Amino acid sequence: MDALAELYAIRVADLVVGFGRQTVLDHLSLDVHRGEILGLVGASGGGKSVLMRTIIGLIPKQSGHIEVMGHDTERGFGSARASVAATWGILFQQGALFSSLTARQNVQFPLREMLDMSEKLQDEIATAKLEMVGIGPDDWDKFPAQLSGGMTKRVALARALALDPSIVFLDEPTSGLDPIAAGDFDQLIKTLQTTLGLTVFMVTHDLASLNVVCDRVAALADGKIVAVGPMHDLLQSEHPWVRAYFHGKRSAMLQPKQD
Amino acid sequence: MGPAVSVAPVLDAHTDGDTLELKPTGAWIATNSKSMERLSDDVAPQIAAAKSLTIDMAEIGEIDTIGAWVLEKLSRSAAQAGRTAQFKGISGNYAELIDEVRQLNRRGPTPHPKPNPIIAKLDQIGRSAWSATADIAVFLEMLGALGAALLGVLRRPRSLRLTSLTYQVYRVGWQAIPIMVLITFLIGAIIAQQGIFHFRKFGAESYVVDMVAILVLREIGVLIVAIMVAGRSGSAYTAELGSMKMREEIDALSTMGLDPVEVLILPRIIALVIALPILAFIGSMAALYGGMLTAWFYGGMQPSVFIARLHEAVSLNSFQVGMWKAPFMALVIGIVACSEGLRVKGSAESLGLQTTTSVVKSIFLVIVLDGMFAVFFASIGM
Repeated sequence: MDALAELYAIRVADLVVGFGRQTVLDHLSLDVHRGEILGLVGASGGGKSVLMRTIIGLIPKQSGHIEVMGHDTERGFGSARASVAATWGILFQQGALFSSLTARQNVQFPLREMLDMSEKLQDEIATAKLEMVGIGPDDWDKFPAQLSGGMTKRVALARALALDPSIVFLDEPTSGLDPIAAGDFDQLIKTLQTTLGLTVFMVTHDLASLNVVCDRVAALADGKIVAVGPMHDLLQSEHPWVRAYFHGKRSAMLQPKQD
Repeated sequence: MGPAVSVAPVLDAHTDGDTLELKPTGAWIATNSKSMERLSDDVAPQIAAAKSLTIDMAEIGEIDTIGAWVLEKLSRSAAQAGRTAQFKGISGNYAELIDEVRQLNRRGPTPHPKPNPIIAKLDQIGRSAWSATADIAVFLEMLGALGAALLGVLRRPRSLRLTSLTYQVYRVGWQAIPIMVLITFLIGAIIAQQGIFHFRKFGAESYVVDMVAILVLREIGVLIVAIMVAGRSGSAYTAELGSMKMREEIDALSTMGLDPVEVLILPRIIALVIALPILAFIGSMAALYGGMLTAWFYGGMQPSVFIARLHEAVSLNSFQVGMWKAPFMALVIGIVACSEGLRVKGSAESLGLQTTTSVVKSIFLVIVLDGMFAVFFASIGM
């Protein structure tokens, strides 16, 4: 691994992604440092999820270069692809829990498929991860259909963390949660970042999470990253879209912190 | 992967008086879980023998939650046996991780008392018997709701969803014609071939026309078509309504003050009631045609002879018997398919289960209904 790979968890350079004749990401570049929580903001339908899904290889890119933990995500199939997949965990917007498996089995699934360990240890690791995200013993054997929205996200996070990835991708982790649950979730992500040394790539619209947990925030507009830096810097940004985003009516709550 | 993977985990154990000191080195991470487990199993007897246990973390190369948990388990096994166990030399990077892992898995789920196996079995039988009566209730409930919706439509004919009805007739009727024709054609041909083959032994080949005609018009034509419709369109109805239920579309309809039965189910079932008799008619004709071709090529019976015999063998009765059954079978298939669709719960598995149930149940009911019709028509002399 070279020095740059030691420093950056994700490096995206000159990325172009489009569907048909529509270009969604237009020569976009973004670096994510190891161990930081990066929040990605952007207009609805502006390509945030597309960027995340391109980085994790679900959407093909047209040109550009993507590196995750020093691996080129485009190269490699089969076992090489699996070893890249073991370095990341992904929390999908709706949780994407396997509906025919219980919460515990959902977390066990990657352990069983990717690692060589006894069933007993799988079980213990799964329950440990569930406890880490605050799911108590009584909910371990529930099916996804029996879980509330907040619990689904927690179980999905436990599954994303099952293999002890070095980076997690969160797609709108706090959307659909009440402010208390969202606050708890933010705290959880912060705690996991410090205990596990995680790098977190978070797509979010939640201004409070951006303010509280994110080390840096990147703003995506017109298919490019127009501003990136700590929250404080973004609030100073002159870019019209960024100004509209952070200085709109709903962001008034952020202002007192500035003064 | 990075170079860390190649560093195998090592667990040095040395005894200092009554104290067992374990010193893990190397990479205690997820990918090495097999060797971590083996190492921890290997030291188990030593832990059992020692009075106290110290785990020296000073020289550990790399550790994650899985490695930390394996070590924590060693310390817990010693503590459970009444020995003192402690970690030492935890470097700052890992302190929080180890602390976190030490808190985990302290509680198990509240144990559920295991019921007596005989009682559990009886309980299961009782429940399935109960669910059978519930099935009847669901069927009758849907029939009632359908009747109410139909009355509503009769009172206000403009509330009938004509577009939806036309589309459904197109889907379950028009689009189904090729496959129905193909299958009934083959069935007719096979019946004729078997008939000729066996009747030939006692020179009664010409009676094959009677057999094909009566069998096809009274029973096989409508039955095969109904079974095909149950598999083809019934399953589609269940899956459609089921996924609408899952995505709360049906709830959305009811909150707008619309009756889901009237909007979604009535057009579907009316479409089936219209389409199935037509398909049964087309299917019966295709089967007769198949029989005629077989009789011609295999049995050497000229088509004109076949048609002449057909006139003698078939009365209008046989044709009517078949056609009378068709709409009732359509009704049963439609009600089962729609009510099973509405029983879908949140998960993808439940959708699959209800779709299977819908097909199995509607085929079963179609056959039962056919049997009841046979008794009925026999007793009125048709």
